Amino acid sequence: MNAPLVTLDNVTLGYERHPAVHHLGGAIERGAMLAVVGPNGGGKSTLIAGLAGQMRPMQGSVDLHGLARRGIAVMPQRTMVHEDFPISVLEVVTSGLWRRIGPWGRIGSDLRARIDVALARVHLAGFERRAVATLSRGQLQRVLFARMLLQDAPLVLLDEPFTAVDSATTHHMLRLIHEINEAGTTVVAVLHDLDQVRSHFSQTLLLARHAIAWGPTGEVLGRDNLEAAQRLSEAWDEDAARCLWEDAA
Amino acid sequence: MSIDSAGSFLADETMRRALVACIAVAVGSAPIGVFLTLRRMSLMGDALSHALLPGVAVGFVFAGGSMLAMMVGGFVAGLVVALGAGALSRFTAQKEDAHLAALFVVALATGVVIVTSAGQDDELLHILFGSPFALQPANVVVLAAIATVTLIGLALLLRPLIMECFDPVFLRSVSGWSGPAHYAVGTLLALGLMILPAVCARYWRRDLLGMMALSIIIGVLGLLAGLALAVRAGIEPGPAIVLVLAGFFVVSFSLGRHGSLFARRTSRVHLEA
Repeated sequence: MNAPLVTLDNVTLGYERHPAVHHLGGAIERGAMLAVVGPNGGGKSTLIAGLAGQMRPMQGSVDLHGLARRGIAVMPQRTMVHEDFPISVLEVVTSGLWRRIGPWGRIGSDLRARIDVALARVHLAGFERRAVATLSRGQLQRVLFARMLLQDAPLVLLDEPFTAVDSATTHHMLRLIHEINEAGTTVVAVLHDLDQVRSHFSQTLLLARHAIAWGPTGEVLGRDNLEAAQRLSEAWDEDAARCLWEDAA
Repeated sequence: MSIDSAGSFLADETMRRALVACIAVAVGSAPIGVFLTLRRMSLMGDALSHALLPGVAVGFVFAGGSMLAMMVGGFVAGLVVALGAGALSRFTAQKEDAHLAALFVVALATGVVIVTSAGQDDELLHILFGSPFALQPANVVVLAAIATVTLIGLALLLRPLIMECFDPVFLRSVSGWSGPAHYAVGTLLALGLMILPAVCARYWRRDLLGMMALSIIIGVLGLLAGLALAVRAGIEPGPAIVLVLAGFFVVSFSLGRHGSLFARRTSRVHLEA
């Protein structure tokens, strides 16, 4: 087993005191391909926000073992970006270089070459001047993916990267994900397609507010675990009692 | 207008001063208006202009009509409301627009109380509701300075502002800049009082810089034509300017190249790819 890149210790994340991720513990290994699956409302996106440092745990801790927050690249759900803002493909992709260029830095020929490579990898060479508003969903996902490539982050978090993306684009992006993983990047992806998870991700976390199972994909995605995940309620109980986990443990 | 009458138009010093002041206001505020409309905050500029009232009134009451005191007062009041709304929305579950609306009503009421208890004063009303013919030379310098500072600030913050507008979460994750950039929008808001040119520009251009440039041009043209109309027709210059800009607005949403009534009708014609 590789050294952990991120260790979760009894992490609870939530909204207005209601937990969305409840007492989650475990480690994401360096260089892992980890899929996060589970029912809607199971806390998958919340976990991504917690890992990215966008949400502070209500309880427990996320230990990044010295990895800076800026070393984490997040590919958001498409609904999180304002795609009608008049911004070009080139501008979006270039912002992936923020750590190099900051607010005023010039984009020299070396950086421009890296931008061109990233665009070519997602098959969007020639789209530099296109307004983001005119792109299809799959194209926009690829633009966000190219931005993420330029961030050169050791840890990459993908939140439902293939939602509403056609199968050819999905295959292409899966191949790119394998490529960056083989180059040493740790990948965590929220996914819904279990066949996809089985064939591409070695590790899986099945999350339904609690971790139902976390380990090798073949073992996690067994029938019993999946049924258990479905049974766990999505209810938001206004009158829920105070969680006494600490006392019981 | 013939060259001759344009010459006599410019011969009057009050008129020249009004022209320069209006150009400064248009250049400084129209690009901000573009950002406001794109962020669906068009009404915020309006709200903030009302929020300035208590600060202007305090400046007037305690510094007796000094333009600088009133401007500083107005700026501080606008800043307090903008930053207050930003901070409240950050730390509570309610959105920024709700807080801004709530705070601006409070600010407006406070301002009215201060103005009325200070006694009715025509000069204050002039300044609050804007007569460019009442400006002193020093006022014009202050307006031009504000426009200059605004444009320089906008140029320096352009990259993070664009990133913040497209994907705020991303900007925060790579830079920790969300705070400053977020507040910068709020701060600049205080100066973004000219929404009409920005709304017009959006019907003609799709790229951000093009929108900003066109909004300035429309703003300046509207102000010039508005002043001329005011002189010719003998009406108040403030409303005259707004009426002219409203004319631009009607033309833009009817005939503009992108998303106007006309463009939507003709866009059934399609290309091959």
